[in-house]
Amino acid sequence: MNLLEIEHVVKQYDKHRALDDVSLTVPRGSIYGLLGPNGAGKTTLIRIINGITAPDSGKILLNGEPINSNSTTTIGYLPEERGLYKKMKVGEQALFLAQLKGLSRSKAREELKYWFEHFEIQGWWDKKVEELSKGMAQKVQFIITILHRPQLLILDEPFSGFDPINAEAIRAEILQLNKAGTTIILSTHNMGQVEQLCDEIALINQSRIVLQGNVDEIRKMHATNTFHVQTSCPLHMHHDTIKITSTEKENNYLIVKPEGMSNNTLLQELMQQSNIVSFEELLPSMNEIFIKTVTQNLSSI
Amino acid sequence: MSKIKLIIAREYTTRVYKKSFILLTFLTPILFAALFAVPVWLAQIKNSETKDIVVIDHSKSYQAAFINDDVYHFTFCDETLEDEKKKERENALTGILLISGDLTQGGSATMYAETQIDLETKIHIERLLSDYIETQKLASYQIPNLQEMIAEAETDVHVATIRWTKDGDEQKGSAEMALILGMVTAFIIYMFIVMYGGQVMSGVVQEKTNRIVEVIVSSVKPFELMMGKIIGIALVGLTQIFLWVVLTLILTSAMTLILGSDQIVNTDNQEALHMISEMSGSLNLGSTLLYFLVYFLGGYLLYASLFAAVGSAVENETDTQQFSLPLTIPIIFAIYAALYSAENPDGPLAFWCSMIPFTSPIVMMVRLPYGVPGWQIILSIITLVLSFIGSTWVAGKIYRTGVLMYGKKVSWKELWKWLRY
Repeated sequence: MNLLEIEHVVKQYDKHRALDDVSLTVPRGSIYGLLGPNGAGKTTLIRIINGITAPDSGKILLNGEPINSNSTTTIGYLPEERGLYKKMKVGEQALFLAQLKGLSRSKAREELKYWFEHFEIQGWWDKKVEELSKGMAQKVQFIITILHRPQLLILDEPFSGFDPINAEAIRAEILQLNKAGTTIILSTHNMGQVEQLCDEIALINQSRIVLQGNVDEIRKMHATNTFHVQTSCPLHMHHDTIKITSTEKENNYLIVKPEGMSNNTLLQELMQQSNIVSFEELLPSMNEIFIKTVTQNLSSI
Repeated sequence: MSKIKLIIAREYTTRVYKKSFILLTFLTPILFAALFAVPVWLAQIKNSETKDIVVIDHSKSYQAAFINDDVYHFTFCDETLEDEKKKERENALTGILLISGDLTQGGSATMYAETQIDLETKIHIERLLSDYIETQKLASYQIPNLQEMIAEAETDVHVATIRWTKDGDEQKGSAEMALILGMVTAFIIYMFIVMYGGQVMSGVVQEKTNRIVEVIVSSVKPFELMMGKIIGIALVGLTQIFLWVVLTLILTSAMTLILGSDQIVNTDNQEALHMISEMSGSLNLGSTLLYFLVYFLGGYLLYASLFAAVGSAVENETDTQQFSLPLTIPIIFAIYAALYSAENPDGPLAFWCSMIPFTSPIVMMVRLPYGVPGWQIILSIITLVLSFIGSTWVAGKIYRTGVLMYGKKVSWKELWKWLRY
């Protein structure tokens, strides 16, 4: 069952079409990557899901129902441009924002107590936000985002501004939440994170979805039949169709398999020459796919 | 608690607990009280000061004019001005008055002093000499009982002002008190629109530059956030006015007790007090207060929503000037129009400015104590209410696009476009 379904959403700003017939479905319990270059329309889409702006046409269904003012309580949103009231105390501010998300004051206090203990930041409660470092403030904001235990968590560049240790802590927390059943939409430019975390992605470019689907399938779809092979002794092989290039490391080769040849046939050819130490298909990284899709998309216009 | 109430509560509490608010709220009445008390206090001090003046009058015909009193001590001498200047003295001399020749026939009186002679002393000496010469002249006519005749002929006419109402009742009016009441209430409204309208604007700019606005509008509608802020700040303003009134009353009554009623309620003040009591009958403080609240809230809502729109359109507080100028100009114009309307409360300027919603909250306050026809008040209030509903609607549209628009230089054309999104 899908938690979120977006159907044919269009959003026009004066002469600029920010979203053009965008449709996507986010399966319940998944981590869904929302990718795209700057200005592609990601933020507009996220704002529409949050009910901050309304689409000109199209439907947004959350749990099978069109979003309404009550849906905000089931969504948690960490915007890319984040911030808190600088002069307000951390605890007061967290309580205020949690109440806006529909929690009662006592429930919010209880939840906050848990998370502050969890992250060992109880001492920050009476501090003003301006006294915190940027990373600390980000941590507080992350807690505020997940406080009301949303079904859908929308995180826009959640790791920016964190040092590696805190980024890892947040990453673990995201995975933990996902394991507990929270569906997560992750918008990021870091393709490494997409490969590590996301089950599915949608790539938006110039207001349209240009690529969509399961991460592994997408990578397989974009496979170039290239293999990384390590042998025990040098390969001296010239083949009409198999392209072999050596790498900087001794006895390590990049081999491009011709279309239609099975892996076993390729291996048999290689085994005649040398012992195979390792044999691994090189799938294109999400980074390569991203760049290739976006530039292709550009040249096709 | 509903979301808009949460926003109002946050706006209210964060402002009311601020040190600057507490200071301003408690210091202003003290300042007002000081304005009232310091002159009284200074007048008391002044009495103990004496002024020593040496008079050089070789003709000796004006000695009788200079009568010593508590403040002024005159001494006469025949020496030259130069000698007098050089003389060593125990007490510092206020000045030397040199009279040469006959003052009625081109003679002159000149004050010499080390420091500039104060106006009060100059006037005092002038009056002494004038009175003396006048008496001398009158005596020279040799008409019996002339002094008494003149004294009897002197008249002081006081024009009483009375307003009559439709049903023929007469009310004793006081033009002076009407002016004071009108100007004070108009000025308070002016001050609060500028002060709290500015607070709304900077509050919006801060939320936008903080980027917290995106988090909040994911929970509440932008319009709710804007209205919550405007209402919250209005409540802060009302709290401040309320505290000022209460504190000023407490302080003035405390002061009356401390300084002694005879000091404050001297002849001048007694007249004023009498006028105030007269006025309270004629000016109807109850309805003035009611109108004050209506125009205060109407004017504030009209301007605050537009200030919020300006705040949402800019990137930081320094950019606000360009867009807030069209808002501050009518407010400043209104206070000038109010000053002129006070002189002619039924003139065309007063009439039109009390109808136009951008100036009516201030100008109407000046006109009200003079009596304004009911239809004008109703028309003015209706226009004001319709205008703030309109301005809030426009502001809401600009606001909801503006607060989420980062890193874009906004032009008037751009603002116009946002209205149609």
